[in-house]
Amino acid sequence: MRPSLRLLDAALIERILAEARDLLDSLGVEVHNPALLETLAGHGARVDRATARAHLGAALVDRALASAPREFRLHDALGRETHHFGAGQVSFTPGSAAIHILDGETGQMRAPVTADYIRYVKVVSGLPHLASQSTAFIPADVPSRISDSYRLFLSLLYGEKPVVTGAFTIEAFELMKDLQLAVRGTGEALREKPLAIFSCCPTAPLKWSDVTSQNVVDCATWGIPVEFISMPLSGFMAPVTLVGSLVQHAAETLSGVVISQITRPGAPVLWGGSPAIFDLRYETTPMGAVETMMMDCAYSEIGHSLGLPTQAYIALSDAKALDAQAGLETGIGATLAALSGIDSVSGPGMLDFESCQSLEKLVVDDEICAMTQRLVRGIEPKDDFPARPLFEELLREKHLLIARHTRRHLRSEIAFPGPVIDRANRARWLEEGGLTLGQRARREVARLIEAWQPSALGDGVKRELVRRMEGEARRHGMDALPEREA
Amino acid sequence: MDILKEIAASLERGEDDRVAGLVRQALEERCAPLDILNRGLIAGMDVVGEQFRKREIFLPDVLIAARGMYAGLDLLKPLLAQEGVPSAGRIVLGSVRGDLHDIGKNLVAIMLKGAGFDVLDLGADVPAQRFVDAAQEHGATVIGLSALLTTTMPVMKEVVELVRARGLAGRVKVIVGGAPVSEAWAREIGADAHGYDAANAVERVRALVAAGA
Ligand code: B1M
Repeated sequence: MRPSLRLLDAALIERILAEARDLLDSLGVEVHNPALLETLAGHGARVDRATARAHLGAALVDRALASAPREFRLHDALGRETHHFGAGQVSFTPGSAAIHILDGETGQMRAPVTADYIRYVKVVSGLPHLASQSTAFIPADVPSRISDSYRLFLSLLYGEKPVVTGAFTIEAFELMKDLQLAVRGTGEALREKPLAIFSCCPTAPLKWSDVTSQNVVDCATWGIPVEFISMPLSGFMAPVTLVGSLVQHAAETLSGVVISQITRPGAPVLWGGSPAIFDLRYETTPMGAVETMMMDCAYSEIGHSLGLPTQAYIALSDAKALDAQAGLETGIGATLAALSGIDSVSGPGMLDFESCQSLEKLVVDDEICAMTQRLVRGIEPKDDFPARPLFEELLREKHLLIARHTRRHLRSEIAFPGPVIDRANRARWLEEGGLTLGQRARREVARLIEAWQPSALGDGVKRELVRRMEGEARRHGMDALPEREA
Repeated sequence: MDILKEIAASLERGEDDRVAGLVRQALEERCAPLDILNRGLIAGMDVVGEQFRKREIFLPDVLIAARGMYAGLDLLKPLLAQEGVPSAGRIVLGSVRGDLHDIGKNLVAIMLKGAGFDVLDLGADVPAQRFVDAAQEHGATVIGLSALLTTTMPVMKEVVELVRARGLAGRVKVIVGGAPVSEAWAREIGADAHGYDAANAVERVRALVAAGA
């Protein structure tokens, strides 16, 4: 039996969806994108051009839900399948688009640069429980206009894992798509084997900006998977009750599904989000709050009830350092996410309200991911019945260390953690330097960077990536890209 | 209790629906409108602001008090026509071009209004020139800029440069804020102040105005 968590019963899910559909029909959704408004009108939405509102009726929503794929796959830069969304797997990806990096040497948060990003890709390439990279932070040493595409460029140049990313402007999408085309060769090949997922955000309450709605349209056109990131802030930009916030999340996400599916039926989507409560005391959006995590798990249940694969910003922390708070918030989030069966979990490495990435935290979080993945494999009988023969062996031999049963099941039954998790006795721990978690994590980061092997992507493709990125940099007044190490 | 103290106390207690009635009563008792404003409404809001800064009360408490204050102020406005309703200062505010994040900016606007500032909120995705045009057109002495994306922070620099280019430096001050924005960034681009949250923004704007913006 696969262990699972349920927060909503079927009747409540049905009611939340019915209320969300009513909002879309009666109040509508604001769409600041005139061309898209016309497309919506063409598909039967009632559009008020003066207020930029599109009222989405039941038929339109139903059609969109019917054409949205129940499952889809993601492939790495070399074309190997890495993810099968909708097949019940839980995969983890680093939290994306941080503003700062926590410097492992100084313990200070600072603006990241190209060298940090390359180190990040090297680390993530070696972490076994993170199935994809994300464009985890924004290097500050290139012109800001290209900094969103530049991180995708570095990810594709140095890493093989597929990428969870997003564009900050309408224009940036073009290059970000071209970089993927450089890897896959043709649009058809990219559509067949998607390489990246784009985050696209509605704005609470019930609104789509020109940038993010156009990003949805462009992704659907090219067959690039989208994760919708609706962000109701309970008690501020959304009802304070979790159910009320879930109604808003469902309405905003359904509207995203409609935009995607009228652009191209069958375009791959993840029912995603990053809702949060609003902490009135500090004016912040805590991702580590238990109510935030409850909303994530609950909307994932709603997405699954519609047959869609899901995503959430969970398994991250609001702490400012790699401390106990970072561990507990990330650990609880990852556990709940895995038990809820969230298909794509965005979060590892992230601190400070989605605004700071830490390489050291990333290696610790990789261990958390490993534990939760073990957890959801559950407890299954494996050559355990009848029990008597094995116990006869144990009584006879006085141990089972080399028993056939042990040898057969040891590695699959017990997930041994990597070096950042301390399981030595105290004497051995002291003998090995008495290192703290932070020190062990730093050492592991250094080891992973040292062990990194260049991406096996062909040199011709890499040259093409560089050519396209340099061309874009020149257009924005930068003659040469920052120095890059091998 | 003296009626003016009663007005202040009702703001502090969050009894916003009592404020208009008490202001009316004060006027009937022939209190001077300016006294009602200063010793009743503003005195009460000062206490509320202080409690908020000390985190003794939460944002909604401030908003409720502000609603009460505006209900009272509406009654006083016609009577203060000669003196004019004193304003703590006029500020033009917005999220910079390319940035659609406006939640933090909205909070800053709410708090500034609550503290008695005249706030002209230009919304989100506002180009540099519109900030400076609006400040000139409406005689604002402070421009407030919010950015949440590292990619939109450079627009803040454009605004500072435009303020200088139009010869307004010193007369129009610029305050910046938002998650990626720091004191160091404010210094680097030549902005006059940085605010790290809404209450802090009010303090910094007050200081800018007091320093003769
Ligand atoms: C004038 O003087 C002052 C003085 C003080 C001032 C001030 C001005 N302005 C602010 N302050 C200060 O006082 C305020 C009150 O305390 C504070 O304001 P804040 O805004 O900081 O605080 C608010 C009260 C609560 N905080 C917030 O509202 C921001 C929270 C986070 C999670 C966030 C949100 C909510 C949203 N987002 Co976005 N978002 C994130 C944010 C992460 C973070 N840690 O900031 C951030 C900023 N977003 C990000 C991104 C990438 C994006 N977002 C996007 C969209 C959205 C939503 C629509 C979902 C939503 C915004 C809704 C809205 N109406 O604003 C997209 C933006 C598109 C665009 N062109 O703008 C998109 C590009 C994602 C996409 N691919 O579509 C990241 C920035 C990356 C970077 N390095 O620049 C990000 C750090 C999250 C992340 N890791 O992905 C202080 O900063």
